[in-house]
Amino acid sequence: MLKYANPTHFLALAARLIPWLAATTALLLIAGLYLTFFVAPDDYQQGSSVKIMYLHVPSAWLAMMCYVIMTSAALGTIVWRHPLADAAQKAAAPLGAAFTLLCLVTGSLWGKPMWGTWWVWDARLTSVLVLFLIYLGLIGLWRTIEEPAQAARAAAILTLVGVVNIPIIKFSVDWWNTLHQPASVFKLGGPAIAGSMLWPLLIMAVGFTFLFFTLHLMAIRNEILRRRLRRLSIDAAHAEEQAEATA
Amino acid sequence: MMQSSLSALFWRELRIARSVGGGGAMGLVFFLILVSLTPFAIGPDLNLLSRIGPAILWIAALLATLLGLDRLFQADADDGSLDLLLTASTPLELIVVVKCAAHWIATALPLILASPLLGLTLAMEPASLGGIALSLLAGTPALTMLGAIGAALTAGLRRGGLLMAVLILPLATPVLIFGVSGAAAASGGTVPFHIPMLILCGLSLAALAGAPFAAAAALRARDA
Repeated sequence: MLKYANPTHFLALAARLIPWLAATTALLLIAGLYLTFFVAPDDYQQGSSVKIMYLHVPSAWLAMMCYVIMTSAALGTIVWRHPLADAAQKAAAPLGAAFTLLCLVTGSLWGKPMWGTWWVWDARLTSVLVLFLIYLGLIGLWRTIEEPAQAARAAAILTLVGVVNIPIIKFSVDWWNTLHQPASVFKLGGPAIAGSMLWPLLIMAVGFTFLFFTLHLMAIRNEILRRRLRRLSIDAAHAEEQAEATA
Repeated sequence: MMQSSLSALFWRELRIARSVGGGGAMGLVFFLILVSLTPFAIGPDLNLLSRIGPAILWIAALLATLLGLDRLFQADADDGSLDLLLTASTPLELIVVVKCAAHWIATALPLILASPLLGLTLAMEPASLGGIALSLLAGTPALTMLGAIGAALTAGLRRGGLLMAVLILPLATPVLIFGVSGAAAASGGTVPFHIPMLILCGLSLAALAGAPFAAAAALRARDA
C-alpha cells in the first residue's frame, strides 16, 4: 500500500485503474439513468419532476464527500507534507465546486415547481451556498500562490478551517425549521422512501461516486505531471542561464 | 521577558494604526460612507430604514473590518519584520493574538462606538441602538480573528486583499446572521435578546481559541 505513495508507482497504478473506473462509471450511470427515466414511478404529488431527485441528491452527497476527502488530503499535506496529498487536495477543489453547483442548480430547478420559488434563504440552501463559495475561495488560493508546496499548505489550512461547515450542512435540516426536507435515506428506522425510488437513487449515487473517483484520479495524475513539467522547465531555464554565463 | 515583548508589540501596533496611512481612522470613514450610501440606494423611507438598519450597520461593519485586515501581516511581510517575528522566541500564536487585539482596538472599537450614532440616522429605536452596539461588541472579535486567518494566508501575495475577502466572507456568515438577529431582537421580536448574544459570544470565543493556531500555521507555511 505504502508503495503507491511514491508518485511514479502511483502514476502506474492510476494508468491501470482509470479505464476500469471509467467503464464502471459509464455502466452505472447508464443503468441509473435508465431506471430513473423508464422504471422509477412518478410521484403522486410531484409528477415527473421527482426525477430531478436522482441527480440532485447524489450531487449533494458528492459535494460533501469531496470536501471530506479534501480534508483528509489536507491533513496529509500538513502532517506528512506529501506531494501526493497536495495533488489530491488541488484536484478535489474544482470537482467539489462542480458537484456543489450541480446540486444548487438542480435544487433550484426542482424548487420552482415544488416550492414555487427558485431559491429560499433557509439554512440548508445557505450552508450549501457557503460550501460553494469556500470551494471557489480555495480554487482562487490555488491559482494565486505560484509555488505548489506553499499553495498546498495554505489551501490545507483553509480547508481545515472550512470543515466546520460540513456538519452544519448535514444537520441544518434538523437544527432549524427549514423548507428543505429532512434526511430521508440515512436515518434511524430505515429510509423513508419507497424501494422503487430508493434503488435507482442508490445506483445513481454509486455511479456519481465512481465518476468522482475517476475524475479525481485523472486530475491527480495531471497535477503530478504538471509539477514535473514545472520542475523540468525551471531546470531547463537554469541550465540555459548557466550556459549563457559560461559562454 | 515574553510579557514585555508582547506589550511592546501591542503598543507598536497601536502606534502604527494611529499614524497616517495606518488604516485605523480610514476604516471608520469607510464605515460612515457605507452606511450613508445605503439610504441613497434604497430611498429615504424611514420605516424601511429602521427595519433594516441593523443589517446595514452589520454589513458595513463586516466590510470595514475586512478593509484594514489585509494590512495585518502584509506590512510586516513587506518590511521584513514578519521574519523577525517568525524567528522570535515568543510563540507565534501569541503574537497573532496580540496583533489582532491591537487591530480590534484600533479599527473595530471605533465602529462599535460610532454605530449607535449612525443608527440614529437610520431611524432605529433606542433599544435597537444599544442592541447593535452590544452585538457588534460581541461579534467583531470573531470577525477580526477569522480575518487574521485570511490575512495570514494571503500575506505576501499580489492582489491578496481581494482574495482575502473571498476566503473569509463565507466563513463570516454565521457571525453576520446572529449579529443581525441579536440587534433585531433588542427592539422586540420572538427571540429573547440573550440567545443570539450568547451564540455571538460563543463564536467569538471559538474564533479566539482556534484562529491563532490557523493563522500562525499559515504564516509559517509561507516559507517553510
